[in-house]
Amino acid sequence: MRKTHPVWTGILLLVIGGTIGYGIGLGLDLLVSHSLNFNGSVAAAFALFLAVTSFFFGVYGYRGITRGLVFQVIGTLVGALFVTGIRALVGSTTIFGPFLFSEPAWVFGALAGDVSFVFGVGVVSDWVKWVRGLDTPEHHEDEPGWEKYFSVSLDHKVIGIQYTMTALVLIAVGGTFAMIFRTELAQSQLQFLTTTFKLFNQTGPQFYNTLMSLHGIIMIVSILLGVSGIMNYVVPLLVGAHDMAFPRLNAFAFWVAVPASVLLLMALVLGGFDTGWTGYPPLSARAPVGMQMFFLGVFTAGWSSILGSANVIATVLRMRAKGMSAMRLPIFVWASIATSIIALTATQLIGLSFQLVMFQRLLGMPFFDAAKGGNPVLFQHLFWFYSHPAVYVFVLPGLGVISELLPVFVRKPLFGYRWVAMSSLGIALVGFTVWAHHMFASGMNEYLRVPFMYSTLLVAVPTGVKFFSWVATLWGGKIETPTPMLFVLGAIVVFLLGGLTGPPNAAIALDLHLTDTYFIVGHFHDTIFGGFVFPFFAAIYYWFPKATGRRMSEFWGKLHFWLMTPSFLVLTFGMMRVGLLGMRRRIVDYDPALGFDTAHLIMTIAGYLIFISVLIFFINFFYSMTHGEKAEGNIWNSRSPEWQVPSPMPVHNYEVPFVVVGEPYDYGLADSKYVEFSTNGSKHVEFPTAPEVEKHH
Amino acid sequence: MRHFVIVGILVIVMALVTYFGLTSIGLMPVEASLQATQIDWMWNLEMIAMSFLFALIVAPITYSLIVFRRKKGDTTDAEHMEGNTRLEITWTVLPLFLVMAFAYVGAVNLADTRRVDPNAMIVKVRGIQWSWSFEYPPVNGVSVISDELHLPKGKQVLLRMTSSDVIHSFWVPEFRVKQDLVPGRITELRITPIRSGNYKVRCAELCGTSHAYMEKPVVVSSQADFDTWMTEQVKLAEQQAATPEGHGQALVAANGCSACHSINGAAGIAPTWLGLFGSQVKLTDGSVVTADEAYLKESIKAPQAKIVAGFETQLMPTYGFPDEDIADIVAYLKTIK
Repeated sequence: MRKTHPVWTGILLLVIGGTIGYGIGLGLDLLVSHSLNFNGSVAAAFALFLAVTSFFFGVYGYRGITRGLVFQVIGTLVGALFVTGIRALVGSTTIFGPFLFSEPAWVFGALAGDVSFVFGVGVVSDWVKWVRGLDTPEHHEDEPGWEKYFSVSLDHKVIGIQYTMTALVLIAVGGTFAMIFRTELAQSQLQFLTTTFKLFNQTGPQFYNTLMSLHGIIMIVSILLGVSGIMNYVVPLLVGAHDMAFPRLNAFAFWVAVPASVLLLMALVLGGFDTGWTGYPPLSARAPVGMQMFFLGVFTAGWSSILGSANVIATVLRMRAKGMSAMRLPIFVWASIATSIIALTATQLIGLSFQLVMFQRLLGMPFFDAAKGGNPVLFQHLFWFYSHPAVYVFVLPGLGVISELLPVFVRKPLFGYRWVAMSSLGIALVGFTVWAHHMFASGMNEYLRVPFMYSTLLVAVPTGVKFFSWVATLWGGKIETPTPMLFVLGAIVVFLLGGLTGPPNAAIALDLHLTDTYFIVGHFHDTIFGGFVFPFFAAIYYWFPKATGRRMSEFWGKLHFWLMTPSFLVLTFGMMRVGLLGMRRRIVDYDPALGFDTAHLIMTIAGYLIFISVLIFFINFFYSMTHGEKAEGNIWNSRSPEWQVPSPMPVHNYEVPFVVVGEPYDYGLADSKYVEFSTNGSKHVEFPTAPEVEKHH
Repeated sequence: MRHFVIVGILVIVMALVTYFGLTSIGLMPVEASLQATQIDWMWNLEMIAMSFLFALIVAPITYSLIVFRRKKGDTTDAEHMEGNTRLEITWTVLPLFLVMAFAYVGAVNLADTRRVDPNAMIVKVRGIQWSWSFEYPPVNGVSVISDELHLPKGKQVLLRMTSSDVIHSFWVPEFRVKQDLVPGRITELRITPIRSGNYKVRCAELCGTSHAYMEKPVVVSSQADFDTWMTEQVKLAEQQAATPEGHGQALVAANGCSACHSINGAAGIAPTWLGLFGSQVKLTDGSVVTADEAYLKESIKAPQAKIVAGFETQLMPTYGFPDEDIADIVAYLKTIK
């Protein structure tokens, strides 16, 4: 038994490891560049690598995630040294680069680090054994307690929590970056991100560009992970499966997101990048090495999306409980299918578009270099072909959470279930046809813009079906508003604002005024918060008891909601106001003569209030795990199958399988059941205990 | 039934309050172009739709939260209302027609903003990190390049634009319309200014470190004032063409050097030019050199050969000037004391 809480050991080792790493990096940088760069990139990169690895070593010891990170560090260095060695051997003039290694060395090293991580953490060991012709046990027993979350587990519930936790960490990081530049933006003219400010080889304005770009992509990756977290935890429970169809693939899809996140943090220190998360060339072709870390990080994270979606689809198609026909699926499962179809098929395009810029930088292939026959606008088509459907990946699960939770708290069926189910598919389908509405000012063919206006406005139709169905579900109900329901209601209102500010952007001529301004920033913050962030919180407050057997504090939950919601509305109204009046996006500073200072100050204060509300959430979240009020039964009185078994959820979910005997949302229909657990002569599912349980070291 | 009537009234009241509330706070900048009036018309239409739809959803929800609250002690479920196919069809088909109508109106609106005046004045626009350069139709064979955009009121201008490096975007909020500048191609924008005034064009596509500061003045004036300005510019161009320093100064203005190099000693992204010629310069490798003519020439031709200490995070691009131009620029630099 440890005497000190592991977190303190972790923090102590983080400081020690970070300092050692800093020293090593500083020394290596001195050797190669002949200058002491105390606030430079190389020292910071080594410090970051060693600090993160040491933290987990302190918390967890040399196994699981720590082992993965150690392998990633070693793999990165070996890969970088390998390329550096080749360059030295062939007599290259630049063996090293401005950040110790040359760009090709860093890219190859980072890739090698990616691959090394998944071997180190142990998530490919079963597959490696199969390749070698060895057998592996069907099920792996997890360690009891919190320790299982830091190693490979094949249990979808553990993986769902791992996804959710990682998403929350990334939200904290991305949110902190936003608070830094929101503080700078509170007043016109530069206060601290000035040209004399220098950190990680970036001046103030350059550092702003990096922080803003990383805020975007880190939040996006956190959304993808959060979405995967909810789907992974909840979908097998809803369809009555004991796990996902492919548990090892599931674990792989999660773990690959960890080195991806490390790469995004490397982008911060290796000189940053100044393009925004959209990475448009030619600017991205000439950005510092941090650009490549960004490209590779996103590419790696994309694997998580693609493989995770394949799993969800296979699970829903093949592992449903008896009697669960298509029209008796829980509505969240329909949302998950639609989301997964998009993520499975569209993600490749962002990987491809980034890969092409990487090749242009590394191999001189002029895909987007106009001087050599390339076309910069082509990148935008390839990029947005994924990135627009991606936003539906972000919001469809959240909209599914809204549809799933409303009947429970209104005690009434989901109005027009079939139409709501089909609307998710409708949004997914139409969502593939609208991408160029991000490009109306890009120089694309002027007439081709018009069909995209039509298709963009068309998306409003299935979205409207959802809104009207939600209104009709609430109408005539018996409404209660505990914390999950508050976040559902907040989600509806905020997503409505995001959705209503969509059609003005679809009108091409009007969009020429709105595009690349804070109006768009307000629009997408509304849609993202309404479609993901609020439902994400709702889902956590709702399913937390199912996972832990305790409930989160209602008082602090309500405080979180009432602090966050008005602040967020003020923030996005402020954004749209200044955007309409001329505030461009992605700028570190603005002309005082524009008269935007007051609005920006208010927006920054609102941002701080949101930050505090999320901090309250985190405290509530962690405290309630061990000290929350016990909640071991069906506390929400839901008809859904997972609430018919005790909390925390049993390890293999349903020891006794259930059969679907009715509709999911028949609240108000006397003597109607959705599921029935077979009591006699049923097929008990036996889980063979493995002859030898694999211990993860 | 009573519920529906009350909500119906609430929707109408909320829609009106929202619409008139929004329109009363002056959401848009002044309309300084014909395109602005057309676009603001479309915006107004959108605001009507947004106000109505906002009320249509929020009013019934708010009403429900108050009237359909669970009563204390009531543990029964609500009415078993599964759906209503006719309602579903209505609220699918009606919005479908509405959005298609909006798209059609949007298309017509777009066409209005793009009406071609065959006599439009053509101005060539160049975007370069982080400055703008405008080339006017030649007068008596003299080409006028300025870093200010002057336009006569009431006359359509056709901007033919390109970028020398990365993607930029031309935007004057008071004109509304925006267009990206793409390297390797020419993009066009037609604007008919209708209101005299001093505006600013600011880059609207993230283009690197100084994207926030990439701005130049836009002056809309009467035709007479525009002609006067043009005459002055022609004279200035002729004067500048006459001497090497003058030509150098013209090149500097046309290529946006002042985005990084100040001439008044102010600190910036790059070393100031004030008193540069003949001064001692410390480089990143620790050595100190004299900024003589050879140094200045090399700094323009191969900017990365010698990097001044403290400026290594932002490296100067290569412009590809011919040697005679470089000599003229150096001649100009020598005059900045």
